[in-house]
Amino acid sequence: MYRSRRITTALAVAAAAALVLAGCSSGSGGKKAEEGADGASAGKATTPRMTVALVTHQAPGDTFWDIVRKGAEAAAAKDNIKLVYSADPNAGNQANLVQNAIDQKVDGIAVTLAKPDALRAVLGKAEQAGIPVVGLNSGVSDWKQLGLLEFFGQDENVAGEALGKRLNEEGAKKAVCVIQEQGNIGLTQRCDGVKKTFEGTTETLNVNGTDMPSVKATITAKLKQDSAIDHVVTLGAPFALTAVQSVSEAGSKAKIATFDLNKDLTGAIQRGDIQFAVDQQPYLQGYLAVDGLWLYENNGNYSGGGEQPVLTGPAFVDRSNVERIAEFATKGTR
Amino acid sequence: MSMTDQAAPAVTTPPGPGAKQTDGRTRERPLALRLLARPEVGVFLGAVAVLVFFLIAAPSLRQGGSMATVLYQASTIGIMALPVALLMIGGEFDLSAGVAVITSALTAAMLSYQLTLNVWMGVIVALVVSLGVGAFNGWMLVKTGLPSFLVTLGTFLILQGVNLAVTKLVTGNVATDDISNMDGFDQARALFASSFDVGGVQVKITVVWWLVFAALATWVLLRTKYGNWIFAVGGNKESARAVGVPVTFTKITLFMLVGFGAWFVGMHQLFSFNTVQSGEGVGQELIYIAAAVIGGCLLTGGHGSAIGPVFGAFMFGMVQQGIVYAGWNPDWFKAFLGVMLLGAVLINLWVQRTATRR
Repeated sequence: MYRSRRITTALAVAAAAALVLAGCSSGSGGKKAEEGADGASAGKATTPRMTVALVTHQAPGDTFWDIVRKGAEAAAAKDNIKLVYSADPNAGNQANLVQNAIDQKVDGIAVTLAKPDALRAVLGKAEQAGIPVVGLNSGVSDWKQLGLLEFFGQDENVAGEALGKRLNEEGAKKAVCVIQEQGNIGLTQRCDGVKKTFEGTTETLNVNGTDMPSVKATITAKLKQDSAIDHVVTLGAPFALTAVQSVSEAGSKAKIATFDLNKDLTGAIQRGDIQFAVDQQPYLQGYLAVDGLWLYENNGNYSGGGEQPVLTGPAFVDRSNVERIAEFATKGTR
Repeated sequence: MSMTDQAAPAVTTPPGPGAKQTDGRTRERPLALRLLARPEVGVFLGAVAVLVFFLIAAPSLRQGGSMATVLYQASTIGIMALPVALLMIGGEFDLSAGVAVITSALTAAMLSYQLTLNVWMGVIVALVVSLGVGAFNGWMLVKTGLPSFLVTLGTFLILQGVNLAVTKLVTGNVATDDISNMDGFDQARALFASSFDVGGVQVKITVVWWLVFAALATWVLLRTKYGNWIFAVGGNKESARAVGVPVTFTKITLFMLVGFGAWFVGMHQLFSFNTVQSGEGVGQELIYIAAAVIGGCLLTGGHGSAIGPVFGAFMFGMVQQGIVYAGWNPDWFKAFLGVMLLGAVLINLWVQRTATRR
């Protein structure tokens, strides 16, 4: 009795809320202001239907991986491919997902090599089963040794070095490199790359990437601790946007540069809140990996000739080119 | 923790400064020792120790603005640590508290944006959803009799998946759209995420809310019937029921209080950062629980305070930011954090043992 009365109350509240809702729309922003737009489309191939598994080390809910997946989906739609996407940040689990794809007898596997050694055994099984495998995103120094067909991605060290050189051009003296996931190899390589070419001093700072208020407070604290810092380098778009607030709260004059892009970040570059972003073009990574498997299946091609990786970055996005890129970023594909 | 300590808040005796102790042993103890036996005193001393340590180790912490940053970090943990502590005193805990914060923020952001509504509508619906999640946890717990570990682990996983899947389904991305140019945003930001000036130092509004909520929780715990019920259901559920405490009501409302906290912190995150990534929040539940435990709440229930977790959260923020202010090698960051917290808990434990000995 008691319980049903409470449910009735809840329903009444919900109904009342729905009524009020109708008369409470926002005059600015929101979905209505957004232009309806779809991603790139290039018709559809008439080749026989094939199945491709894309297995990444994505952690749930990260904007970056969402763009990779969109690229892969666009290529799959074009190539008449059924795309099976799975991901797990734990290397052992990722190996199981690859095994799962082999068991499903897919026609091709695209895989990220964040922890190459953990995948060595299972990639050998894929080879035995005669399934072509391509690499993407991470593992630029390991893909060939593991017997992969081709690789699409960015060399994290090269990207870091490019950013370091850019900091020299901007006349920076002291930079702090913000790592949002302590112990991640790719992120560490980026900071190492920056340190290598940047002529000023580079310090690293670890923050807790799953808690934004904590990220904000920690960057603020660092800027207050060391007022000589004139550039903050973040390794992901959402953290760059948070760093903008930290800089203003710390009363610092530091400028912000970042790796990776998302749709809010392009706006920040246009406003001048963020100087530039090094884009590794995740959409391109997903797209090319799937398309590469299709080309191999249907025409025996492989990009890079099996010798060289196909680099998708570093591509700089700054005030000079942000306008064109923002258009694509709004759709969530850049 | 000694046995006398655990057994102290008996079902019919409300604990608190004014509580009459009938135990002959405690009557004769000096005031200092009696004070030390209170759950929040150990953590208070621990917090002071950590504060003094970092004031010496980190010169840049001595500016007022730095302390505001520490307090801000502490407040976002502390607002959630309060209901989590009350729930723990009531004998349960909630593993879904971390992702529930993000669920709330996602709900408000997506509802307002997708239907192009005034953001306040999103804020209200998010409150309903958050309280609903809490009520679900409590209801499942009471109905099934399963331990809260299992029930809330289930909710934790469900919310984590729903956060991601629904966000992707609705927005086509894994993050919500920017709502900062929508109607009502500025008022909501003023309430949940503004800051004000105190003697040239920018203080976040969350710090004020944190202290207000702490005062409120302390009053409820020590001065109201509901507060007694919390201690009673956490101490011994069956005897509490036997003397007429509405156990089901108390447990469900405690989970709903955690829902309220998740809503509040979620709104802070939304109005502070304009968008929310659906994968955030994982792991935060342990930090809330840690702040409550450091604050003197027993994992087994029936004992604790609302002011203890305030110092617990402060200590967490102090250590986390203090390491940065001290400019220590960041590779050691988490190790430092762990060592400092263990040290603080040990001080806490030692104080309690000393105080309750003899």
